[in-house]
Amino acid sequence: MIVTSALIIWKALMCITGSESPVVVVLSGSMEPGFKRGDILFLHMSKDPIRAGEIVVFNVDGREIPIVHRVIKVHERQDTGEVEVLTKGDNNYGDDRLLYAQGQLWLKRQHIMGRAVGSGFGAPLAIFGEDLPGPNLALRFLPYVGWVTIIMTEKPIIKYILIGALGLLVITSKD
Amino acid sequence: MARDSGIWQNSFIFISVDFNFSLRPKIKRQQLQQRQGTKTGKKKKMHSFGYRANALLTFAVTILALMCAIASLSDNLNTPSPSAQIEILNINWFQKQPHGNDEVSLTLNITADLQSLFTWNTKQLFIFVAAEYETPKNALNQVSLWDAIIPAKEFAKFSIHTSNKYRFIDQGHNLRGKEFNLTLHWHVMPKTGKMFANKIVMSGYHLPEDYR
Repeated sequence: MIVTSALIIWKALMCITGSESPVVVVLSGSMEPGFKRGDILFLHMSKDPIRAGEIVVFNVDGREIPIVHRVIKVHERQDTGEVEVLTKGDNNYGDDRLLYAQGQLWLKRQHIMGRAVGSGFGAPLAIFGEDLPGPNLALRFLPYVGWVTIIMTEKPIIKYILIGALGLLVITSKD
Repeated sequence: MARDSGIWQNSFIFISVDFNFSLRPKIKRQQLQQRQGTKTGKKKKMHSFGYRANALLTFAVTILALMCAIASLSDNLNTPSPSAQIEILNINWFQKQPHGNDEVSLTLNITADLQSLFTWNTKQLFIFVAAEYETPKNALNQVSLWDAIIPAKEFAKFSIHTSNKYRFIDQGHNLRGKEFNLTLHWHVMPKTGKMFANKIVMSGYHLPEDYR
């Protein structure tokens, strides 16, 4: 029941935020101390122009895993309004040119999946005390939630299998 | 919370009870008791450990989400009053790269008081200074020159001398005599919830007419 509600909420979020992946889990430490591994980020993609300082989630051609970094340079064309951006992780020494595809110097709008607008689940854990084993354990498991998302996005067949299985479960359950 | 998860069961029970009592008043008592018997049987099964754990988890997650939302909303009560000045102390060098793009190196003095931006829900403040200017080819160019993370309120009032952390390179060779703005941006990163961002634009800076 929780899984189905989660799936419905997920799909609703996809419609509302207009983005492929409305919620992402931070997988690396390149944005620390702002975003730690396992933090959940809420994304939103609007037609607003991309500006320096925004935290964007982007895909590099040939890499499956989306990257969450900050925009540090923006060059927007006069005529077309097209934009070329350079990103960098807050905790990294250098910019992301090493992560881009061979010969690629800039990211364009088509590479960008969404803008991070907020993050969650950091506070209550901080309030309850980081020394408690419980919340820390939860935080360590949250990264695996992220992998489920990635697998579902990359291999849509798994998504259909999951939904099919859920459907079967609903039909066959006695309640 | 029990209602939430048992809603389908309840609605079926409701419909079937209604069915029994209002639409088919002629059902024999035995049949009725039989049906109710099975339903009571099902109700006993509903109070299993798994059911309770499920309901508890849903409740806990809902409360957690609500707390995060309230924490985030409390940030709106804060009225910040930040201030900043940036001075260009020196143009270290100003050259045209082999590939044709202009590059300049500057030393800046950045003074700011951003203490009023901190709330109890603030994890850190990410600030950066960007040079913003226009060229014939580009409507807007934003080049981040320096950034920093302010982890707590005590560090939010500062004054530093620094050369640009990131290279100030143009797409082209438009920088000679260029007039530009230096903007101090800040991003309030909360412990939980919505991120806020704003900036102070300082205009009137220009680069030299010739390369040096």
